[in-house]
Amino acid sequence: MLEILGLLAQGFVIVFEPQNLLLIIAGCALGLFIGAMPGLGSVNGVAILLPLTFLVPPTGAIIFLAAIYYGAMYGGAISSIMLGIPGASTAVATTFDGRPLAKQGLADKALIGAAVASFVGGSISVVLFTFFAPPLAHVALVFGAPEEFALMMLAFATFVGLGGDDIFKTLFSICIGLVLSAVGFDIISGEPRLVLWDITGFLHGVNFLVLAIGIYGIGEMLWTVEEHALGGGKSMLSEATVSVKRTVSALRELVVTWKSTVMGSFLGYFVGILPAAGATPGSLMAYGIAKQISKEPEKFGEGAIEGVCAPEAANNAASTGSMLPMLTLGIPGSPTTAILLGGMVIWGLEPGPRLFVDHSEFVWGLIASLYAANLFTLLINIAFIPVFIKVLKTPFTILAPIIFTLCLIGGYAPTQDMHDVWLMIVFGIVGYLMRKLDYPLAPAVLAIVLGPLAEPALRQSLIISEGSFMIFFERVYAGPIMVVALILLFLPLFKKAYVRIRKPRAAAE
Amino acid sequence: MTVRTAELLMAIMMGVFSIYLMVKSAELPIGWIEEEGPGGGTWPFWLSAIMLASCVGILFNWVRKKGPIATSTKTYIESHVLGDVAAVAAALIVTVALFSVIGIYGALPLFLIFYIRFLGKHSWALTATLTVAIPVLIFYFFEITLKIILPKGITEPLFLPLYKIFL
Repeated sequence: MLEILGLLAQGFVIVFEPQNLLLIIAGCALGLFIGAMPGLGSVNGVAILLPLTFLVPPTGAIIFLAAIYYGAMYGGAISSIMLGIPGASTAVATTFDGRPLAKQGLADKALIGAAVASFVGGSISVVLFTFFAPPLAHVALVFGAPEEFALMMLAFATFVGLGGDDIFKTLFSICIGLVLSAVGFDIISGEPRLVLWDITGFLHGVNFLVLAIGIYGIGEMLWTVEEHALGGGKSMLSEATVSVKRTVSALRELVVTWKSTVMGSFLGYFVGILPAAGATPGSLMAYGIAKQISKEPEKFGEGAIEGVCAPEAANNAASTGSMLPMLTLGIPGSPTTAILLGGMVIWGLEPGPRLFVDHSEFVWGLIASLYAANLFTLLINIAFIPVFIKVLKTPFTILAPIIFTLCLIGGYAPTQDMHDVWLMIVFGIVGYLMRKLDYPLAPAVLAIVLGPLAEPALRQSLIISEGSFMIFFERVYAGPIMVVALILLFLPLFKKAYVRIRKPRAAAE
Repeated sequence: MTVRTAELLMAIMMGVFSIYLMVKSAELPIGWIEEEGPGGGTWPFWLSAIMLASCVGILFNWVRKKGPIATSTKTYIESHVLGDVAAVAAALIVTVALFSVIGIYGALPLFLIFYIRFLGKHSWALTATLTVAIPVLIFYFFEITLKIILPKGITEPLFLPLYKIFL
């Protein structure tokens, strides 16, 4: 306990270095901006801006990106409330009551409620994080190759079992990500492998950023271009009156929401830890439970402030939760943390529990920065609400070319090879076409990041066991993890069988 | 084209791609090698096989008309939207193609003018400001600060004096 506080204090020393403090503030502001833009969320921001972080040392880079992640979670609420369009999928639940409040002329109340709830959600989760992470990392230190592989299976199985998308399409997405990560050289024999169509550009492999920017940059923007054209390019921006007096009274009225906010924070944190779940289902679940525990459930959907606070607390808590497995186990808890994890590899860090031992300044700098980012985002958010509302008025046709420009250069920067830029365009267009057919793409991004870690883990395990897959079931930690993974993997089948057995019975009754 | 047709075409295309990946993986040993463990092609080979199986599963659902996508008769991309999306995609492809020819500082302004002025219909004044400001910022950030040299194509000689000053 004392040891943890000591390490946290060291983390704060790192955070208060002027450069890092500046990075946090810049990250929070940028994140708020990105989150507020309809269609763009934390994952897009982190993917597009990661190449910019080559400038600073890893600790600064992760602090900056984590601040964007945080800020975007706050920012998503702004367009949910003002436009009725979720700023990111994580803010969908915020539209349910945020939009009605805005229509009643109470936009400022909803915005402040969202900001305060986000702050509470962020604070509770970061405290949980501080005390959960070190023991978990300590347990994970004894993990060997079989455990690592079992954990990755678990991460992928959650997408199949809990993701809610078409199972075949989810499986396809996972496998294509893994195969793309196998392009380049075989790590053990050193032979060139999967040099597609014998194009030499594939010899250096498929960089995860190329896929991530392709899907979350180019593909997402094409998707937004389409939405824009469908909507005639116009959306209704609500009016918001902001004054100090109204702010103070809005803050006072938030007392009634404490129960749903705290509930949302805990729920969001634990849901956020699961790779396939994360902030979007976390916030939707929090909304549902807030409605159930409310004394006036009939007000939900008509402008209940709890309906704004619960999901906003949950999505911020979830973003912190998703960092727990990323830091301690090396398994990302969300697409955004998958990109952060990929970033760590680029910066020369090896993800996993050893980070706590070998790069303690990196880990604790990040954790302390979450405390700071949480506070700064609240302050920036409340102080600049009118500015962010103006941001929503920026025409899409000005933002789009700027974002496309960043994507093109971001795709080129890591390897400085035009081949990668072309590949990114292909991923963007194909990803857009697949998304229109409900192919989930987040599993592919997670897979391309985990692929280079999963394959050696599997091969080493099989070498140890001389080819027997039983090694994944016989070990103390790997066994239970693998069993849970298999259950999740077959969960959709169980569900189907259950419905089939139930149906004839129900009909007979 | 309806969503249902698009679903069929995509599944077939991805199925064919999976087979290609399997063949390509099999260029390396895909079996067990004594003393070495699984061969280099094993991992991608079996993953591609699962991809193929998934595509077969998608086709199976398509034939049975199961699921919202396989039964949707909506247009895959609405014609009035297609123009916009295709214009943007084509502009991106042309821009990237031009990177290697007239360089990033030749292609990028063209892209920005096309997007801001012709797609966005903003004023020439705004177009001109952004067309100048964005490449300058890019040059400052990437080339000067990060020392990442972006492709210049035939415009390379024009940058030599700038390199001398900044790099």
